[in-house]
Amino acid sequence: MAESLTQLEALVPPRELRRGPQTPYQRGLGGLTDHLTAMAEGKTPLWWWILFIPAAFCAAVVLPSMLVYLISTGVGVWGNNVPVAWGWDIINFVWWVGVAHAGTLISAMLFLTRQHWRTAIGRAAEAMTVFSVMCAGLYPAVHVGRVWWAWYLFPIPLTTDMWPQFRSPLMWDVFAVNTYLVVSSLFWYMGLIPDLALLRDRAKTRVRKFTYGLFALGWTGSARQWHNYEKAYLVLSGLATLLVFTVSSIVGMDFATSQLAGWHETIFPFYFVAGAVFCGFGMVLVLLIPLRKWCHLEDIITLRHIDRVCKMTLMMGCIMGYIYVMEYFIAWYSGSPYDAWVFGHRLFGHYYWFGGWIMIGVNALLPQLFWIKKVRQNLKLIFVIAVLINIGMWFERFTIIVGSLYQDFLPSSWHPFYPTWVDACTFLGTLGVFFTMYLLFVRFLPMIAVSEVKAITPQADPHHPLGGAKGGRP
Amino acid sequence: MNGTPYGLIAEFDSPAAVLHAAEKVRDAGFRRWDVFSPFPVHGLDKVMGFRNSLVGWFALVFGAAAFIGSMLMIWYMNGYDYPILTGGKPMFSPPQALVPSYILLVLASAVGAFVGMVVMNRFPRLYHPLFKNSRFALASRDRFFLVIETADPKFSEIETRALLESAGSTYIELVVE
Repeated sequence: MAESLTQLEALVPPRELRRGPQTPYQRGLGGLTDHLTAMAEGKTPLWWWILFIPAAFCAAVVLPSMLVYLISTGVGVWGNNVPVAWGWDIINFVWWVGVAHAGTLISAMLFLTRQHWRTAIGRAAEAMTVFSVMCAGLYPAVHVGRVWWAWYLFPIPLTTDMWPQFRSPLMWDVFAVNTYLVVSSLFWYMGLIPDLALLRDRAKTRVRKFTYGLFALGWTGSARQWHNYEKAYLVLSGLATLLVFTVSSIVGMDFATSQLAGWHETIFPFYFVAGAVFCGFGMVLVLLIPLRKWCHLEDIITLRHIDRVCKMTLMMGCIMGYIYVMEYFIAWYSGSPYDAWVFGHRLFGHYYWFGGWIMIGVNALLPQLFWIKKVRQNLKLIFVIAVLINIGMWFERFTIIVGSLYQDFLPSSWHPFYPTWVDACTFLGTLGVFFTMYLLFVRFLPMIAVSEVKAITPQADPHHPLGGAKGGRP
Repeated sequence: MNGTPYGLIAEFDSPAAVLHAAEKVRDAGFRRWDVFSPFPVHGLDKVMGFRNSLVGWFALVFGAAAFIGSMLMIWYMNGYDYPILTGGKPMFSPPQALVPSYILLVLASAVGAFVGMVVMNRFPRLYHPLFKNSRFALASRDRFFLVIETADPKFSEIETRALLESAGSTYIELVVE
């Protein structure tokens, strides 16, 4: 009796090592595979067309016509003026870069910290990163005005014998955003390789087999391949983590190195990183809450995942609140009349007083609702809050950029800013590009990292009875 | 069957079974064999005796080259070939060139890690003898395969098959190229 009890004790891990399963999925690895590839292999659902057609229209018609109009006529078709030389173009650039950051944080930083729950949402968040960086990169390129001279941004010696000025953060921005696009695309594609091989192996038609097979590069899933792959994935996630902190810091430095009141602050790099991640978590929630329902992924992206993303959003919201308080404090404590003027006008100004209130109300106070567990489990409410966070963060950038520019040091140059319909339609066009790409991704690629999710099930653990281990150990 | 035989493929239905079989195959002294699974099986690296993957070195070399290269580039462009005087600062100083160099380091390291993975795995290799095997498609789904190549000096069809059977394989077949 005593002997069998000891044996039993040896089977059960000590209390502190016991964990619940990472996914409540109980139908085995094969069933899990069928379930996760269903969207990429099945018939196109109706909701997909309903969303895709308007998005594709915005991407294929609205945006190109706006760009042609802009480039053929000039930046004057936007509401930009002097002194507000940065308008919606830079607001939207910062906003899109921000949206991207949460994807990298989820896929890279949570990988490094061994947060296994990230596997369920990592791929979808990474795709969000790649597509939103593409949208972001468009704005600075067309904002330069004479687009045909945009190659001056790169160190290409052709006829001019001139070189770019590498001390300028605007120059760093060119490198940072392009690097971000390349690294996040590589990271995303590399994660996709085993799943592309899975789709290749499951393909029913020759066209699918060839296409997926081509991009799977000949993946067989051998132990040697996994060995190199895991190392490369680890290195890439370490590098991508660096970019989470770097890219928005550099965007922040675009502002901080200027002399303008409201921009000239040492807190800006950190401020922009925090705001970016915060806004990105909002976008993750906006995308995942409907998708998990429409793609029948409720038992993969569980309420626990949503709960955790809400908690991270809450944390970032608190950081935003702290930064806002600190900004106002420094504006007062610095004794600079220009700072006091700008920050006073953020709340009680003539034109853009609503911006400051939206910043504080939506970005700092609204996420505080996530302290309540009932809110973190009410999907409709979370969705509404997440949409509001995205809007709030857009207004934060509006307030920072326009609110600081329209009243600079000389009152004689003050001028309000009004966006034009071209501004609005260009933004609509980039939203169209983003959602078109995202919908294509959801339809044709596995939006959940199948091999990663399988790897965290108990069936995949050779030391677990469900993984075939006899008596707890092989 | 026509063609030269490539190896014996043995199917297992759990990660523990394939890990166990891999231990047996290793102890039998085989060298040219591999395990195919839908996800990395925990502990298999150790059983197969893999050393640290070289992918990390690719990333390091690419990154270091990019960092040094871009420092030199910025010195040449802003300090030597077309000096730009800003605010009375030196024409070139390392902190001034740090941020773009660091960004290019990250870029090149990431490319290096990816290139390393591609080179070490000999990608793209769109043909593999195993793809002809009808059951092998399950290797990306929920089955685990152990393949011993005929090129292994210890390979003998009858004895190797017996070894794989004793390791608990549910399906064993000879694959041809």
